[in-house]
Amino acid sequence: MNIAIPGQPSPVQGLAPVAKPTRGQISIKNVTKIYDPEGVNVMAVDDCSMEIAAGEVCMIVGPSGCGKTTLLNAIAGFHSITSGEIRLDGELLCGPGKPKADQGADRIVVFQHGALFPWKTLAENVAYGPMVQGKLSKKDALEKAHFKLAEAGLGDFGGKYPGEVSSGMARRAEIVRALINDPAVLLLDEPYRAMDALTKSIMHESLLEVYDRTKVTIFFITHDLDEAIFLGDKVYVVTTRPCRLKKTVEVKLPRPRNFEMLSSEEFRVLVSEINEAVHEEAIKAFQSGEREMA
Amino acid sequence: MAKVLGNSEFWRGLFALIMFVLLWEIGSRWKEMFGYSLPYVGLLPAPSEVAVAWTKVLPKWGYWESWYMSFKRVLAGFLAAMLIGIPFGLMLAVNKYFRDIFFPPFEVLRPIPPLAWVPASLIFWPTNEMSIAFVTFLGAFFTIVINVIGGARSIDVRYLRAAQSMGASQWDLFSKIILPGTLPSIFTGAAVGMGITWEVVLAAEMISGGGTQGSGGLGFFIWNSYMGGSLPQIVVGMISIGIAGYLSSSLIRIIGARFMPWRRLF
Ligand SMILES: Nc1ncnc2c1ncn2[C@@H]1O[C@H](COP(=O)(O)OP(=O)(O)O)[C@@H](O)[C@H]1O
Ligand SMILES: [Mg+2]
Repeated sequence: MNIAIPGQPSPVQGLAPVAKPTRGQISIKNVTKIYDPEGVNVMAVDDCSMEIAAGEVCMIVGPSGCGKTTLLNAIAGFHSITSGEIRLDGELLCGPGKPKADQGADRIVVFQHGALFPWKTLAENVAYGPMVQGKLSKKDALEKAHFKLAEAGLGDFGGKYPGEVSSGMARRAEIVRALINDPAVLLLDEPYRAMDALTKSIMHESLLEVYDRTKVTIFFITHDLDEAIFLGDKVYVVTTRPCRLKKTVEVKLPRPRNFEMLSSEEFRVLVSEINEAVHEEAIKAFQSGEREMA
Repeated sequence: MAKVLGNSEFWRGLFALIMFVLLWEIGSRWKEMFGYSLPYVGLLPAPSEVAVAWTKVLPKWGYWESWYMSFKRVLAGFLAAMLIGIPFGLMLAVNKYFRDIFFPPFEVLRPIPPLAWVPASLIFWPTNEMSIAFVTFLGAFFTIVINVIGGARSIDVRYLRAAQSMGASQWDLFSKIILPGTLPSIFTGAAVGMGITWEVVLAAEMISGGGTQGSGGLGFFIWNSYMGGSLPQIVVGMISIGIAGYLSSSLIRIIGARFMPWRRLF
């Protein structure tokens, strides 16, 4: 099953292997979410169930407007669910009697268009979590932030404002800002959507590097099948609105991943398998005239 | 400075300014040169006459006292409007109950132009000075409040969510997200408010005709020149106000840049 990859040095060579992940197991059971703005019911998620293992890179793929962000927001605690339950490492986030999860630093979101605070430098952004949680003094938090940024190859940019760096760097800094809180889960909502292919591949490389180092559970929404397979352990294809699980595809490419896998036979088989499922849903979405959401 | 001198924009601007003054000079001296005067423009004092009038008032204490008085009034009204307007606007933006109670009367009072308040406040406040201060305050207050509300309410919800998920308390949200997120609007409001404040102060000074020479401020300086029939001196007053306004808005820009280092990029 393993594919021989000649001459490609792994980005994590020499790092100590991370113990088998024990945190970040997400269990989504029969979750339904109905938006009810002024009595117009919009069912965004319908009886959706997923089991995401601790340390898994879980890629959610589905048509625009199908309810992916809605699901992510429910996990993050940005809004309530109508029924069902979501658990993190066995603990109830939301469910019967508690419609909305508490927001917490164990689940940090990296947003679609990025949400670094424009009025803080990259280092101040990264230092924000430990500071407001009272874990570190401002000085120590900033020191640690600079260190973490340097680790992610952003050592020279700690003093810059988000408006002064490229979107790729900003997104990387945002992931550093998330990880400094030591979350159990990273929630990424199409973080690389607006990027060109080259920047995207650099983003992938750095996210994979982060993952190999931390083995944090990643819940990643995307439209891009190549991205889904290249990064993921499992690809969850969801249906057009209302969102339900349509198909789960396991990606058995070895880690660390590298770009040569993109042209492997196994990769191609996976693409066509997933594409079939996604295409069916895309056609349904198209025919229902669902409006694309940004 | 070297950067400014090497900048063609600067030279174009200077050239335009010089041309403007030159044409004005020629226009108002038309009669001396060609025997008949141009309509309208011919009535204007020439820039050279203005300059002469200016050199006459420059050494006078009264002229500087006018500056001082107007600036004092503008700053007092403006600072009061900022000090009260910013917290008031923020409260309106973040607290629903506060908004329910205070927004309706605010919205009813807001469309009343500041100058419409002048007669009532002359009657209401014991001294002229206090009425001027009050009207000036109103001029800037409404603008600042509206900008603060708009700014605070348009902060992207992602910033609030991101901060909350990283463990920010309500106070952290307010002080580290809402306040800096509103700063650009606060400074926009301040810049507009400063302009309105000058307008109001000058108008109020003319209307109330503050007694002695200098204590009347620049508004009264102009009015007094008009009463005395000194056309060049009217223009001196007008240009002085232009300079004063420019200085005030530069001050706001400089303070704004200090408070919002991230905005220097835009
Ligand atoms: N706050 C809301 N109120 C009402 N409807 C909403 C709201 N947010 C999203 N929706 C609707 O729910 C559906 C799913 O949205 P979303 O989860 O953002 O889709 P996706 O992220 O998959 O593109 C869409 O039809 C959208 O119009
Ligand atoms: Mg979405």
